[in-house]
Amino acid sequence: MEEKQPVLELENVSVGYDSTAGMVQAVNDVSLKIYENTIVGLIGESGSGKSTLGNAIMHLLKNNAVLTNGTIKVMGKEVHSMNKNELRKFRWSQMSMVFQSAMNALNPVLTIEAQILDVYRSHYKNMSKKEARARARELMEIVSIDPTHLNSYPHELSGGMRQRVVIAIAIALDPKLVIMDEPTTALDVVVQRSILDKIKQIQKVKKFAILFISHDFSLVSELASKVAIMYAGRFIEVTDSKSLSHTDQHHPYTEGLINAIPHLTAEEVTITGIPGNPPNLVDLPSGCAYHPRCQFATERCKTERPVVHQIDNRDVECHLYDAVRKEVLES
Amino acid sequence: MRYVMNRIGFFILSLWAAITINFILPRMMPGSPADAMFAKFQGQLTTTALEAMKKSYGIGDTSLWQQYVDYLHGLVTFNWGLSFMQYPTPVSDMIQASVPWTIGLVGISTLISVFVGTALGVYISWKRKGFLDNTLPVVSMAFQALPYFWVALLCVFIFGFKLDWFPMAHGYDPAITPGFTSEYILSILNHAFLPAITLILGGLSGWIVGMRNNMIYTLGEDYVTFAEAKGVKTSRLMFTYAARNAILPQLTSFAIAIGNVVSGAILTEQVFSYPGIGNQLTSAVQSQDFPMIQSSFLLIAVAVLVANLIVDLLYSRLDPRIRTGGSN
Repeated sequence: MEEKQPVLELENVSVGYDSTAGMVQAVNDVSLKIYENTIVGLIGESGSGKSTLGNAIMHLLKNNAVLTNGTIKVMGKEVHSMNKNELRKFRWSQMSMVFQSAMNALNPVLTIEAQILDVYRSHYKNMSKKEARARARELMEIVSIDPTHLNSYPHELSGGMRQRVVIAIAIALDPKLVIMDEPTTALDVVVQRSILDKIKQIQKVKKFAILFISHDFSLVSELASKVAIMYAGRFIEVTDSKSLSHTDQHHPYTEGLINAIPHLTAEEVTITGIPGNPPNLVDLPSGCAYHPRCQFATERCKTERPVVHQIDNRDVECHLYDAVRKEVLES
Repeated sequence: MRYVMNRIGFFILSLWAAITINFILPRMMPGSPADAMFAKFQGQLTTTALEAMKKSYGIGDTSLWQQYVDYLHGLVTFNWGLSFMQYPTPVSDMIQASVPWTIGLVGISTLISVFVGTALGVYISWKRKGFLDNTLPVVSMAFQALPYFWVALLCVFIFGFKLDWFPMAHGYDPAITPGFTSEYILSILNHAFLPAITLILGGLSGWIVGMRNNMIYTLGEDYVTFAEAKGVKTSRLMFTYAARNAILPQLTSFAIAIGNVVSGAILTEQVFSYPGIGNQLTSAVQSQDFPMIQSSFLLIAVAVLVANLIVDLLYSRLDPRIRTGGSN
């Protein structure tokens, strides 16, 4: 696996918002590799920097956000060193994105077809209108929407259908990487399920990699094979999703998240939340940003930033495992 | 299609309402135009003359219903009565003589102001935080904030009186015989230039700032970012995705502005002594010329209604969300 070229490679990526209060680090020194035909989940609370990271990968940062450090490579190419025209061609053909709000991702005054054809028209100059139309029909069939809806306007479709259209547009050019930024958040549970099934089904056929951004812990651990957990702009843990079924040897934050999942089949239901609130990025706690909410926090956590420990194929950024490692080393 | 029929139906209904109110209102006022005329002549008229006058105004002894029917008939046949101040010129003739001037001057200035302002708004939102974006809204707003009559008077004084670049009054040089000659047309343009400039400058900022703000709001919408990500070229992104949506609120303001063309330029026409309907209306009010006032008001109401109908229909062309009255 390792010798293969990763579809997405993040290396020490930091993204900051240039604000009046100085540079606010929304994403802080994160590294990650995603290979083809895999789904990687990215979980975090609101404001933990997950969408900012998604936009940084697409080079769509707005509101004074800038990549302050690190490199982002998609298919081996550095996204942030391309010029405007290269980027315009690279985006969507190699990487695409499904936006957070399906409701607003479509232009209200253009038909669905026009918005799909725009993709082909922008990327393939020589494609005939007839062929582009045929492809648009094909796309609609892939996402299970009747092609007659090509002539509809976005407001004539339901929320779930609109999200399917957005997904159809995202896979129009067969990209290698699709970033999905909370694609089901605005939808009800039943529609959510059908969209997820659709995503899984398409992914199986097209074999692209997905970076699935969400705050829905159980949903991501089911869908993804690998999960990165983000807290205050850092990956505090990157693990395979199977390990999320138990609380052993995780970051205390991950443990808290696992404990917060209700189990419908369990006889005794004990759900515990994580006390406190996510930190203010303008004024991050010293040391480990999680320490004010951590039940295991020691004096050391308040002053010293923990390093990454590899435990069982997972990367955990926590002082707790210093002791564990010492034990392992000593024995 | 159902939407269009709806709008036209509504237009006809409100037109009827405007016409009827225009009939009822003067009749609810104490006294009558004939009494006013009678008083104006200070006893030099006999009562039989008064009766005759009442009859000719259509407010004689006949029933209200009969008056209404006569009034409607008069409207349709352009028999809008005779003016008091220029007795016995028919009001329809006076309106015919003045309205084209107003529509020509105020209408065209409004259109220029809308198009230039909206285009500038798109441009400066595109070049956000550039030089023009930083200066244009402030400068144009300063023009709008100055009292209009003062700016207009200043223009007449500086460019008309002091520098003598432009004429100070009238729609064309009275020395020239009207006709389809280049001399006459040039004279009209020369006379219209100053008032048009004051109107355009006074109205521009609303269009610039309005469009700029709509654009900035729309450029922040997800569908614009999504389109940018999918590779749509900048020009198409700007016009089909951003401006196309941002222009919709402008249309509403446009309807109001067009409706105001007939009535809105009273000040301009006063200051520049322009022979338009605004000027006629002011003198009609001063001399209690009821038929003229009534016809002018009706004309203004009709202008507003027609403008609204046009914009409603235009809206349905531009915004698919409006026209789904079951068309799909």
